[in-house]
Amino acid sequence: METINSEIFTLMYGSIVRQLITDLEDITEVNKQLDTMGYNIGVRLIDEFLAKSRTAACTDFRDSTEKVAKVGFRMFLNTTANVTNWNPEGTECSLVLEDNPLTDFVELPEGCSKLKYCNVLCGVIRGALEMVNVQVECDFAKDTLRGDELNEIRLKLISEGTEAYPFKDDD
Amino acid sequence: MAAGSVLTFVIVGRDDHPIFEADLTSKASEVVNRDDRAQYLHQFVLHAALDAVDEQIWTTTNMHLAQVDNFNQLRVSAYVTAAQMKFLLLHDGKSEDAIKAFFKDVYEVYLKVMMNPFFTPNTQITSPSVHQRIRAIAKTQLKA
Repeated sequence: METINSEIFTLMYGSIVRQLITDLEDITEVNKQLDTMGYNIGVRLIDEFLAKSRTAACTDFRDSTEKVAKVGFRMFLNTTANVTNWNPEGTECSLVLEDNPLTDFVELPEGCSKLKYCNVLCGVIRGALEMVNVQVECDFAKDTLRGDELNEIRLKLISEGTEAYPFKDDD
Repeated sequence: MAAGSVLTFVIVGRDDHPIFEADLTSKASEVVNRDDRAQYLHQFVLHAALDAVDEQIWTTTNMHLAQVDNFNQLRVSAYVTAAQMKFLLLHDGKSEDAIKAFFKDVYEVYLKVMMNPFFTPNTQITSPSVHQRIRAIAKTQLKA
């Protein structure tokens, strides 16, 4: 796997977020835009993930989240996440990031307390899982930048489709 | 002049704009009615020292310039980063080694500030955590 210097990556992401704030002038819009950017990354990234990670197919949602947390985060961010806080039905869980390379050096200025700085990650997860027929909702629930003690991404399963041919025989 | 020691730290940016200022004496936060005239004098001495710094930058390749100027009991030590940001410390006779260590640690903090994507270079440093960290460094390195 090719790697790049993590500081370059961190600073580049920082300038993107900052530029978005200057351009859009509204924090909720910025969060939305970051999510969309992440989504667009995710739908492409999943192919790379499947091609290079050599993992077997996931059996259920629990399995998928483990793969995202342990293999996905390791591959693309060089960190891992823990999957915790399952609800009884097994449709909601939290990814707790041990260390988040995106937020090195960052200190949110006043007036940006609503900013979900790493919202791009949510988009990536949502986009990637959608491509393998798992629809999820993803939200950055806790963020160390906003004073929480850990980084937590809340995942909520909406539907899990089985693989189906996109065409019919008689078409 | 206020009783006790003098210890003021400033960071001066491009075009001699001060971007950070902190009174690092341990009592600074408690004293409400600080002697204004002493404050003005300190500012004045620091400002005057900038000329001395500008001269001495070119005499050495070190970033640490040691003591650059003095006025009665007040001494000014300076440290100039590669990007010509000037760190000035106004004191009344701290040991050079301690000051050198202080500047080195402050430089690390300053670098962190510069790396923050939300910080615009050459603007006022307002983050309260920076104040705290620099105060902590002063406490350990300068026994303030």
